Amino acid sequence: MSRKVKHPTTTPGFDPVRRKFLSTMAAAAGVTLAPGVMLYGIARSTSAVARAPASAVSSDVRWGMLIDLNRCDNGCDDCVSACSKENGLQGHGRQSTDAQWIRKVDITNPETGASQSLPVMCQHCAEPPCVDVCPTGASFKRADGIVLVDKHTCIGCRYCMMACPYKARSFIHESLEDQKPHAPRGKGTVESCTLCVHRVDAGGQPACVEACSDTGGGAMLFGDLKDPNSEISQRVAKYATQQIRADLGLDPGVRYRNL
Amino acid sequence: MKRIIYSEIEGRSPQFYALAAILGVFILAALASAYYMEHNGHYVTGMNNQIVWGTPHIFAIFLIVAASGALNVASIGTVFSKTIYKPLGRFSALLAIAMLVGGLVVLVLDLGRPDRLIVAMTHYNFKSIFAWNIFLYVGFLVIVVAYLWVQMERRMNGYAKTAGMVAFLWRLILTTGTGSIFGFLVAREAYDSAIMAPLFIAMSFSFGLAAYILVLLATCRGSNREIGDRIVYKLGRLLGVFVSLVLYFTVVQHLANLYAAEHIGVEKFILLEGGVYTLLFWVGQVIIGGIIPLFLVFRPAKAGSQNSNRGIILASTLVIIGGFAQVYVIVIGGQAYPLNMFPGMEVSSSFNDGVIASYAPSLPEIGLGLGGVALTGLIVMIGIKLLRFLPESLADSEIDPHHAISVKSN
Amino acid sequence: MTLHRVSMGMLAVLLTCTAAAVYATENTTMENGVPKPLIAMGQGDSCVEDTDSMRRNHMEMLKHQRDETMYRGIRTKQYSLKECINCHVVNGPDAIPVTVSSPQHFCRSCHDYAAVNVDCFQCHASRPESGLPDISHGSDFAGAAK
Repeated sequence: MSRKVKHPTTTPGFDPVRRKFLSTMAAAAGVTLAPGVMLYGIARSTSAVARAPASAVSSDVRWGMLIDLNRCDNGCDDCVSACSKENGLQGHGRQSTDAQWIRKVDITNPETGASQSLPVMCQHCAEPPCVDVCPTGASFKRADGIVLVDKHTCIGCRYCMMACPYKARSFIHESLEDQKPHAPRGKGTVESCTLCVHRVDAGGQPACVEACSDTGGGAMLFGDLKDPNSEISQRVAKYATQQIRADLGLDPGVRYRNL
Repeated sequence: MKRIIYSEIEGRSPQFYALAAILGVFILAALASAYYMEHNGHYVTGMNNQIVWGTPHIFAIFLIVAASGALNVASIGTVFSKTIYKPLGRFSALLAIAMLVGGLVVLVLDLGRPDRLIVAMTHYNFKSIFAWNIFLYVGFLVIVVAYLWVQMERRMNGYAKTAGMVAFLWRLILTTGTGSIFGFLVAREAYDSAIMAPLFIAMSFSFGLAAYILVLLATCRGSNREIGDRIVYKLGRLLGVFVSLVLYFTVVQHLANLYAAEHIGVEKFILLEGGVYTLLFWVGQVIIGGIIPLFLVFRPAKAGSQNSNRGIILASTLVIIGGFAQVYVIVIGGQAYPLNMFPGMEVSSSFNDGVIASYAPSLPEIGLGLGGVALTGLIVMIGIKLLRFLPESLADSEIDPHHAISVKSN
Repeated sequence: MTLHRVSMGMLAVLLTCTAAAVYATENTTMENGVPKPLIAMGQGDSCVEDTDSMRRNHMEMLKHQRDETMYRGIRTKQYSLKECINCHVVNGPDAIPVTVSSPQHFCRSCHDYAAVNVDCFQCHASRPESGLPDISHGSDFAGAAK
């Protein structure tokens, strides 16, 4: 049995109301999307962009950091405090076993006496030795370059800590309570700087970088190394930058200037 | 040559039960230590973010390396067809299994998350030499059990040579893998070297044979089974060869490092300025574990004399002591030396950069390690009581193919 | 004979009382003689899936989603563990949300009953963050510059 569909007009061929509706919708959509597209283009070139939560990370992006040591003060540790606050790192008064994700290292040239201070954290290498040696694959590199520990699979063997040339990793030596919900960490697993992946995924920047630009010397810059329009890419292309232990061929994502 | 008869030991004497009880106490202590470490977290141990592998790993690595070497005796009998070693094969395989299990138990119980053992056995990252090692260790257990079976089951004796060859090759790969756990680490100056693998092979020959000699002689004495002087003499001389091999690789390792200016720092540390590590290296590894055993084994003493047998027992004991010292220097000394991130500069930080890390073994760690040794002993004891691993007699007249000739010529 | 029967009967009564006392904790309630767990209602209208489906499948869901989040960076709100915890909050007597160390914690109220170990909270926070004192010490932390 056929059904008769009611139309406001009975013209064969096309329905003007429908056509008008569709064209209005198209115009509305265009008007809505166009500024977004434009803003997206602008945003991508300036800072980290919030990826849509349901989309996967891709290797079109490589997150990196550039630290200008001329602006890094010997006595300043804003980055360290910000990191411990952001990630809930609890000091237990046991210096040799307390976790440290970022630390200030003071280096002095024994011949000239010249000294410098620099923040050292997980260098998020392109060829991470910690990822190579992890027996269960818990230590892994995300497609966008951030090196993480999957605590669900980590068995706490500490081999990655042996393998890291930057001593970036810490082992959690005690039971923890009231961790930060955005930074899960637990006894018996290994951890290191996550490049504040929870912030980066939401379009922000790591806590240390933010603290440095807010209250510190403004030495740290975060951005997409693969985007030619990002500030970090432009600076890396323009100025000479170094990587710690570049001789190992690991291609860290953290670069230093005036080291 | 006479047919060898194997039999179980009776294992009902008060001494047997007393020894089993003592080993049981050590094992319980190890379980308690492991629970204490796992429940409270590793801050109760001496291990920290600078020295991540400590005393449990010393015991575990020694046991695992020696396990691989303990199988050597069986290989000499089966693969290289030396008749006088053939009766020793079953016990050699048993000791290899026991030591490997003991070492692995210590390793697993020290993990930060030992409850994730199933995860470790089902998620493999095959780029990791550690993952390969897990695979090789488990495979070793399976292969040695199969090797034992073809030796002990008369109808399968024809396959003994194949099984022996497979076991021999597998354990060479396994020990190469264990050495490469350290050799593949580019980050640490004390390790990053291809020589770690052959060094560990040599160590496995040496430690494994020393352990085998001691356990075999103790077992024969304890179960009143005769052991001939000829085989003890041959085992002793073989130990001397292996000890020389270890000394050779040690010399090559350090000479090559000393030649390169970039490694002078770590060499100075180990050989000269490292305090306890320097002491353990020279006195423990080289003198006690190397030179004195060589002298004891190779000095002119009539085979079968009291001096010769006592000398071999002493040499084996010293090799084991020296072996522990060597593993301690490699594992802990290698970690104590700071990472060289900024060559030529003086470094300091709040995370112990640039300073020699300090470490002191703690009671739970030692308890766990000793428990692994005790477990090895208990497995051997139970094994020889349940199954026929031990020949009834290892007297010269029973096993030495040249015995009749030498007796005749006297 | 009678003494034997009487003593057996007393033993049975004693055991039943003990069992009942043990089971009838603040966490369980007796329903037709069978102990059932007391599960607190979450906030909001409904869970992300219906109750039956959640009860059967939440473990698979958690396990699958954690890999999606870790390896592929997918952080949808619907399957976020943080949101689960934010919604399934149980307040203690002092009106502060309880942690997993209390048997009244949402996950524990059922997992204790089912005797299944919950491993998540070794690493994950078991209650929402807001309203809690900041326990990380900025200045006396080991990493502070001297």
